[in-house]
Amino acid sequence: MSEQSVSEKLPIHREVVIIGSGPAGLTAAIYAARADLAPLVIEGEPSSTSDQPGGQLMLTTDVENFPGFPEGIMGPQLMADMRAQASRFGAEIVSAKVSRVDFSDQPFRLWIGNSEASEPTHTADAVIVSTGARSVMLGLEAEQRLIGHGLSTCATCDGFFFRDQEIAVVGGGDSALEEAGFLSKFASKVTVVHRRDELRASKIMQKRSIDNPKIEFAWNSMVEDVLGESKVEGLILRDTVTDDTRILPVTGVFIAIGHRPNTDLFTDCLDMDEAGYLVTVPDRSATNVEGVFACGDVQDHTYRQAITAAASGCMAAIDAERWLESRTD
Amino acid sequence: MAGAISNLSETTFDEEIGSATEPVLVDFWAEWCGPCKMIAPILEEIATEQSDSIRIAKVNVDEAPELARRFEVMSIPTLILFADGQPATRIVGAKGKTQLLEELAAHL
Repeated sequence: MSEQSVSEKLPIHREVVIIGSGPAGLTAAIYAARADLAPLVIEGEPSSTSDQPGGQLMLTTDVENFPGFPEGIMGPQLMADMRAQASRFGAEIVSAKVSRVDFSDQPFRLWIGNSEASEPTHTADAVIVSTGARSVMLGLEAEQRLIGHGLSTCATCDGFFFRDQEIAVVGGGDSALEEAGFLSKFASKVTVVHRRDELRASKIMQKRSIDNPKIEFAWNSMVEDVLGESKVEGLILRDTVTDDTRILPVTGVFIAIGHRPNTDLFTDCLDMDEAGYLVTVPDRSATNVEGVFACGDVQDHTYRQAITAAASGCMAAIDAERWLESRTD
Repeated sequence: MAGAISNLSETTFDEEIGSATEPVLVDFWAEWCGPCKMIAPILEEIATEQSDSIRIAKVNVDEAPELARRFEVMSIPTLILFADGQPATRIVGAKGKTQLLEELAAHL
């Protein structure tokens, strides 16, 4: 918690509090600020696993499919620009992580910092949840030992350390292929390890990867273990068709197998599907709690794009504004 | 100067770390690393607020790749706390201020 907020009288009340600051949260902030709702954005805390302020785009390089940027734009730059745009219209942004929420009564109560505290740090009439999704890990014991020692969740951070080395990217979606392409600038060979025999990634990304002489594919392969005591020495791959195992010698492994919604905060209060995504009313951003709205990847397991997140953030802000108005009628 | 963050190079590293009387938290970072930029303001705050108990220094891995190799830094940001000139603990990946201070507390 920042010192500034400690000295203010607690809890701090706002008409609208937005939790999360990716394209969805910041677009909601732009719209809510322009509707004179003076939103507070609780943006999150630094992290290297894509639940950081700015969201998943903070760990990417070129964003080529966000309309309006014919030459592409760097992910962190796009997010810095959205943040500046939200600030320009009066959105207040705090760098902290919400540790607890209580949506059982109005006004809604939110805690940052100590979740055990009896009194919340913030209260709000309406809450917009845009906490996004974070990278899923393989779930192997070796991961904890080797993260930072050849195992990475951030290609843009760590590619530099694998110059002229043979490495692997695990996954078959757009993020995996984007990472493979980026890493091929440094590595001598990048093997994309994918559990099926076809990719989920978009056609343009597939073509680029297949045309890239440094990228190879290990099809129908699951990572059974990561080898190495103090640094990565290889992967044990199990063939999903024949059940045979083999060793792929690599010094680096980048994990891009997908994302999991950041909904742990809401297990007791918001409806979610079996994968943990928040459930919203069809074609709307409303959740099962009146006055709580959800947007972006936290409620979208279908599209998961920056532009769809931004669009749903706009919807959430308009829904929140109309709901607040309806209460005062 | 209290609270100032110094930039260490391959030539100044051993002298500065070896002669320090308080623990030194060294931030291995680079310009192109988003999470490194996110924690930079937090490190500045810690440098100012805790100037009695800790010093903070930076190593730009682009300019000092040998230091990154020597300390086996393969992911940034990596923070290594040096006490009496020796690595005492290592924190890999960006963290919030509270968590960072918690992880450092045991060594200060």
